Amino acid sequence: MKNICFYFEIHQPIRLKRYRFFEIGQDHYYSDDFQTEQRIQYLVDHAYMPANKIISEMIRNSNGKFKCAFSISGIALEQLEQYAPEVIDSFRNLVKTGSVEFLAEPYAHSLSSIYDANEFEHQVTMHSDKIEDLFGKRPTSLRNAELIYSDEIGEMVSKMGYKTMLLDESRHVLGWKSQNYVYTHATLPKLKLLVRNHKLSDDIAFRFSNNAWHDYPLSAEKFVGWLTSMPADETIINLWMGYEALGVFQRPESGIYDFLKALPYHAMEQQIGFILPSEVGRKLETAGAISAPYPISWSGHEKDLSPWTGNDLQQEALKKLYEVSERVRLCNDKPLQHDWLMLQSSDHFRYMSHKDPYGTHYESSYDAFMNYMNVLADFLERVDAQYPTNIENEELNELLKTINSQEKEIEDLEEEVKKLRSRAAKKESAK
Amino acid sequence: MKALMFGWEFPPHILGGLGTASYGLTKGMAMQEDMEITFIIPKPHGDEDQSFLKIIGACNVPVVWKENDWNYVNHRIGNMMYPDEYFRLRNGIKYNFNRIYTNDLGCIDFSGRYPDNLIEEISNYEAVASVLAHQLDFDIIHSHDWLTYPAGVFAKQITGKPLVIHVHATDFDRSRGQVNPTVYGIEKRGMDAADHIMTVSDLTRKIVIEKYHQNPQKVTTVHNAVEPLPDVESFTKTPRKDKVVTFLGRITMQKGPEYFVEAAYRVLQKTKNVRFVMAGSGDMMNAMIDLVAKRNIADRFHFTGFLKGRQVHEMLAESDVYIMPSVSEPFGISPLEAMQVGTPSIISKQSGCAEILTHAIKTDYWDIDAMSDAIYAIVENPAMFQSLSRLGLEEVNNIRWQDAGLKVRSIYESVM
Repeated sequence: MKNICFYFEIHQPIRLKRYRFFEIGQDHYYSDDFQTEQRIQYLVDHAYMPANKIISEMIRNSNGKFKCAFSISGIALEQLEQYAPEVIDSFRNLVKTGSVEFLAEPYAHSLSSIYDANEFEHQVTMHSDKIEDLFGKRPTSLRNAELIYSDEIGEMVSKMGYKTMLLDESRHVLGWKSQNYVYTHATLPKLKLLVRNHKLSDDIAFRFSNNAWHDYPLSAEKFVGWLTSMPADETIINLWMGYEALGVFQRPESGIYDFLKALPYHAMEQQIGFILPSEVGRKLETAGAISAPYPISWSGHEKDLSPWTGNDLQQEALKKLYEVSERVRLCNDKPLQHDWLMLQSSDHFRYMSHKDPYGTHYESSYDAFMNYMNVLADFLERVDAQYPTNIENEELNELLKTINSQEKEIEDLEEEVKKLRSRAAKKESAK
Repeated sequence: MKALMFGWEFPPHILGGLGTASYGLTKGMAMQEDMEITFIIPKPHGDEDQSFLKIIGACNVPVVWKENDWNYVNHRIGNMMYPDEYFRLRNGIKYNFNRIYTNDLGCIDFSGRYPDNLIEEISNYEAVASVLAHQLDFDIIHSHDWLTYPAGVFAKQITGKPLVIHVHATDFDRSRGQVNPTVYGIEKRGMDAADHIMTVSDLTRKIVIEKYHQNPQKVTTVHNAVEPLPDVESFTKTPRKDKVVTFLGRITMQKGPEYFVEAAYRVLQKTKNVRFVMAGSGDMMNAMIDLVAKRNIADRFHFTGFLKGRQVHEMLAESDVYIMPSVSEPFGISPLEAMQVGTPSIISKQSGCAEILTHAIKTDYWDIDAMSDAIYAIVENPAMFQSLSRLGLEEVNNIRWQDAGLKVRSIYESVM
C-alpha cells in the first residue's frame, strides 16, 4: 500500500531594520517590526488561516484518515504568538483531531548544524520544548532548516533521540535509488530517513497554476493517477512544501483548495493512505541505508549549501557570527540571547547570495551584507561587554566552572558545618 | 558598409568622456570586417591611432576656393592629409562661405576644444560637413553629441543618406535643469531630423523621450563599454596604513562633490583610518575646500588637482574605494575604469552605468547615509572589498565595445 506523507513548512525571519554604521554602539534594537508584522500578517490572511480551515475540513471529511505534519520554526512561532495568536489556536484545534503532528527543527531556522553542533542541539531542544509547551506533544521527527542533511548531522539527531529525519532528493546521495522508500542512516539503522519527492511536491507548490505547464490543469484524479502508476512496491510519497504554497504561490482562484479537498477521496479510492513522519518507523519497511558524506540541502539543482554559504560575504558573516556562539550561550542576558537567535536565521545569509537571493527585500547582496554586518558589529560589542574577547574561550570556561563549583562547594561546606554543629550540640546535651 | 562619423574629440588629446567613447566604439565596430569608418574631428594632432579608421580634420578641409599648388599644400598640411585629397575635397565646395574667416588654404581654424565661441565653431563645422557630404562616399551618417548634430543634419539634407545621432549627454545632465535654450534648440533640431537616436543609457533615453519629445520607437539605448587596459598589471596597490577613498572627475555641480564631503564627514566620526581624496578640478573646488574646513576634516581630506593620462589609473589603483556621487550622469565610464584595476566602486543610481553593473554599490546621490555606510562597509570588511574587487573585475571585463558595435550595426541596418 502506498502512503502520502504531507508536511508544510512555516518560517519567516525577523527582518532587520535599516541599520547604519553610525548607530553601532548606540542602538541595540535591530528588527523592523512593521515589515515583519506586515509580512506575517499577509501570509496569515492569505495562506495560513484559509489553509488551516481547508486542512481541518479534509480531516473531518475523511474521518481522520487525512494526516499531515507541520514544521514551524521557533522564530515564526514567536511572530504568530505576537501578531496572529488566532493561528496558534487554530493549530491547537488541528492537533486535537489527532491527524496533525509537529516536527522538530532548530529554533531559529539556522545553519547551526553546519557551524556549531552544540548550538544545533541547544536550538533543537529549545524548539521541541516550545512545541510541547504550545501543543502538548513532543516531536519525534526532525526536519533541519533548508532540509540540510549529512551523515554527521544524522548521527547528532539520532543521539538526541529523534527517530526520523527528513531530507531532499539528491542524485549524489540516492544514486539510482527511488525517493519513494524509507531509508536509514548510513551507520545508525535506528534513524529512519524520508526523502522528498521533488517533482510531485513542486507540481503542487509551484506549477499548479502555471498554464504553460504541459500537465496543466492538474486535478486530484490525475495526480492520484500518477501515484497509482508508480511501481507497486514503492511505499511512501513525500510531498513537502512551504505552507504559503496554499494560498499565496497558488492563489485560491487557481482551485488549489478544491484540488486538496478532492485529494483524500481519490487517494482512498485507490487504496492510498496518508501517514505522518512519526508513524513511518512503525508502519513501513525500510529499504536500506543511504549515505551523505557532504551536507545537502533542498535548494536548486546542485542541492548544496551555496545559496547560504557560497560567497565570501556569506562566509565572512557566518564566521563572525559563530565565533561568539560559546560566549553567548554562557551568558544569561535574555535579550542578547534572543537577538543571537534572530541573527542566525538562514534567510539573512540567503539575501547575501549573488546568484539567488530568494525572498530578499534588499536592493543587492552587498546591501544585505552591509546592513547585517552593522547589526552584527553592535551585537558583538554587546557580547564583548559581557565576556571580553581577549579572554580565550577555554580560560573563560575554567573561570566559570570555578565560579559555579564554588557555589556548590560553599553549599557543601555549609551543610557540613550544620551537621558538625548539630553533632556538637548533641554531644553537649548528652553531657 | 561605409559610415561617416562626426565627432569632436579623439584620443590621445581628449577633454572628457566623449573622446574615450568615440574611440572605443569605432574600434569595436571596426572588428566587423566590412565596416569602413571615416571619422571627422575639428582638429587632429596627427598622432591619433588611424589603424582601424580614417580620420579627417575639419581644419584641413577647404570651404572657400583658394588657388594653391601641390607642393605648397604638401608643405602646409602634408603631415595630416595627402594633398590629392585636399584637391579632391576642394571640388566639393558648392556654397559660398566667404563670410567665414578662412586661412590661406581656404580652411577654417578650429580650436577643437570647448571655447567661448562654441556656437560659431559648431556652425563652421556644419560648413565643412557640406563639402565632405558632396565628395565622400558613405552609406550612413553618424553624429556624436550635440556639437556635431548640425553637421550631420546638413550632410543628410545634401545626400539624403540616413542620419543616426548618438546622445552621450544632454543639456539636462550638464545643467541640473537650468537648460540653455540655444543648446536645447540645437539638440532638439538634431533629434527631430535623425532617423534614429542612440543613447548611452536608459536614463538618457528617458530624457530624450520626455524632454525632447521624441518617439520612443526611434530611440534605442546602446550602453558604453570599456577598453581593456593593456598594462593593467603595472598598476598596483601600495600597502599603507590608511584606506583611501577617491572621488575623481570635474568638481562641478553635475558630479555631486558636496555629497562626497558630507559622507566623508560621517565616516570619520566612526573610524579614523581612512583618507579621502578629491582628484580633479572645477568651478566648485574652492567651495569644497571651504566645506572640508568647515566640517573640520581637512587633516583627512586631500585635493590633488587635475590628473591626466596614467595618473588617473594610478590614482584609481591606489584607492580602496572609488566613489561617483553624480547628480546626473548619462553613462559615467570612470567606475568601470576603477573596477578594471580592482577598485570597488560606489555609484549613484542617477548614473547610466548603474544600469549595467551588478558588482558595484548603488545609492541615491543625495543619500549620504547610504553612501557613508557603503564606504564604511568596504574599508572595514575585507570580505566586502574582496568580493567587489574580484567580481567587479570579472564583470567589467565582459563589457566589451565589440558588442556595443554590433548593436550600432543593427541600428544602421534598420534605417537603411
